[in-house]
Amino acid sequence: MPAFPKKLLWVLLALAFLVPLLHPLLPDVISNYRLFLVSTMIIAAIAVLGLNLLTGFNGQISLGHGAFYAVGAYTAAVLMDHLAVPYWATVPAAAIVCFMVGYLFGLPALKLEGHYLALATFALALAVPQILKYKWLEGLTGGVQGIVLDKPAVPFGLPLSEDQWLYYYCLIVMVVLYWAAANMLDSRSGRAMMAIRDQYMAADTMGIDTALYKTVTFGISAAYTGIAGALSASAIAFVAPDSFNFFLSIKFLIGLVVGGIGSLAGSVVGGIFYVLVDNSAQALSMFVKNDLGLQFDLSAYTVFGILLIVLMYLMPMGIVGGVYLALRRLRGG
Amino acid sequence: MKTNRRTFVAGVSAAAVLSGTRVAFAQKKYDDGATDKEIKIGHTNPYSGPASSYGVIGKAEEAYWKSVNDRGGINGRMVKFITLDDGYVPSKTVEVVRQLVEQDKVLCMFNTLGTPTNTAIHKYMNQKKVPQLFVATGASKWGKPKEFPWTMGYQPDYHTEAVIYAKHMLANVKDPKVGVLMQNDDYGKDYWEGFKEGLGKDVGKVVKHVTYEPTDPTVDSQVIQLKDSGANVFFNISIPKFAAQSMRKAAEIGWKPAQYLNNVAAQVTTTMKPAGFENVQGVITAAWLKDPTDKQWDNDAEMKTWREWMAKYNPNGNVGDVNYVYAYSVAFLMEQTLKMCGDTLTRENLMKQASSLKKLRVPCLLPGITVSTSPTDFYPVQAVQLQRFKGETWELFGQVMSAEGS
Repeated sequence: MPAFPKKLLWVLLALAFLVPLLHPLLPDVISNYRLFLVSTMIIAAIAVLGLNLLTGFNGQISLGHGAFYAVGAYTAAVLMDHLAVPYWATVPAAAIVCFMVGYLFGLPALKLEGHYLALATFALALAVPQILKYKWLEGLTGGVQGIVLDKPAVPFGLPLSEDQWLYYYCLIVMVVLYWAAANMLDSRSGRAMMAIRDQYMAADTMGIDTALYKTVTFGISAAYTGIAGALSASAIAFVAPDSFNFFLSIKFLIGLVVGGIGSLAGSVVGGIFYVLVDNSAQALSMFVKNDLGLQFDLSAYTVFGILLIVLMYLMPMGIVGGVYLALRRLRGG
Repeated sequence: MKTNRRTFVAGVSAAAVLSGTRVAFAQKKYDDGATDKEIKIGHTNPYSGPASSYGVIGKAEEAYWKSVNDRGGINGRMVKFITLDDGYVPSKTVEVVRQLVEQDKVLCMFNTLGTPTNTAIHKYMNQKKVPQLFVATGASKWGKPKEFPWTMGYQPDYHTEAVIYAKHMLANVKDPKVGVLMQNDDYGKDYWEGFKEGLGKDVGKVVKHVTYEPTDPTVDSQVIQLKDSGANVFFNISIPKFAAQSMRKAAEIGWKPAQYLNNVAAQVTTTMKPAGFENVQGVITAAWLKDPTDKQWDNDAEMKTWREWMAKYNPNGNVGDVNYVYAYSVAFLMEQTLKMCGDTLTRENLMKQASSLKKLRVPCLLPGITVSTSPTDFYPVQAVQLQRFKGETWELFGQVMSAEGS
């Protein structure tokens, strides 16, 4: 997968930082709701980025990243609720907790390859919401009732709305994480990760400590997704086991495949895509029914499914891969 | 002065004309979501995911507003009902509710479904000062006008219902020893807490308390444990599938306690029939809605109107599903509340009207149950009546009861 053009990256970044400042001028176009929506996209993008490190760059399949997302969200929520930890401090805390959980889970997972690993992570995703409801943990997690939190307050008396600040908060975290991931992948360790993905035995023969790399990658991947979970706890201001059902893990996988496996930019596109399509699928199915007057009672998920199939057919390499191919064809004439 | 019928009628119509003119001259006032032509109402419901069986409530409400619009709307305004899928995922609820409030600019949210989902938007709605009216959950935390003046419940809460069972049991069963079967989630716990509160100092009379998960295949072993404990009262906090199983199992193993069944599972066709009518004679439950599968309402005028409405607006709907009755009744209440707002369709006035309902008769509630609210009472339906199963139908007995102080 090609690297993202540097110039474009800077332009996008500048836009991402400047456009929301126009909120007071264009309150209807750049509304608080839209900023909130973009924040959820960023959060989804971070989670997909985490999964991409594991699946895209290290070749380990996970159907259970929703579990790490939940652990991150609950770590943040419990810290804020029980220990009154400020919201910004919960991000590193969630990262550490999820790294440990991911690393420990990665140890037995070493013995599992491909589909077997997928199944083990699948079990993890199913178990975590149940564990959160468990009676011994109830005092901590609030059981099925969940934990109600406060939204992050705007710091230093900045003249921003709550949603604007949330947006910047998520954006900054994502930029830092993206930069860290890009650097890591560009290093010896990154090359080792990818070597394990491409040819496990050869990598082993060349002296790469495959067991260490696989477990540490699992930990880092879980930490990324856990950070996304912690951010979501702040953004939604509420955590409950029902928010972390199995479909969440599938959602990350869809974002990963749609955006582009093994592409950092693809993770961001995938996260954005998922939230966008998930929301517009419902609007689209209502539009078909109410405005076009067609008597198809399409559920939102049917529309979503059709969109996915079309996309996979047209761009089997994901959106970023598809755009790159299209550009190359155009240039090649 | 002697008032005969004619002068009385004349007087009433004069009053009506006068009040009519006053309304006509009163200034129209609107908040977001209301205009001369339209009232926008938002709603969330799981249409997908594990709780999607509740989706019929949203569909039925959509049909109800269509029937309102066919009748000419509310004070001449058409109702635009926007219902979105949240899949019973609280984080998704926050997203779609923000969309409804901030993008679609609805006047209020109405009958949003689920305890965790409503909890997720509780604070937000009250910060935004947008009414969150008649929420579809049996939890007891929705009627707190002091902390949350923009949120109001609808149905009698589980807690209150359980208190009533406990009180009835203490008064009627000699030397009670209680066995409790409970679904292990928030709904089960609400009942359990209420039951304990109702028992008060007699809480020691519970000799056995067993739970099940909604994913369990059967509750046979739990029922056997209850029998072995020597209990002579069975308080059954379960959903229809497990309620039917447990009552059948109890009969099979020859356990004959006095039985209290939660209202959640009190439908004739989904619980009592599969349990076997001969096994459930004398079971007691509390009710507040008319059960569409109960023969005693076959010739009831309100239920007839409901059936006609079903035939016209929900031709594919299951007329045995109590959710349709529920949706019909709560949408009726919303319609009345909006009517009372007149031309002052502000959020503040909406809450004011919603909290000044006086003994309003809502169709399909049990005879004698009415809806009353006040600025300090945010529990619209508070009364239930006990009923005992006899033959193939429920038989109401005793008084309509309402728990005090809630």
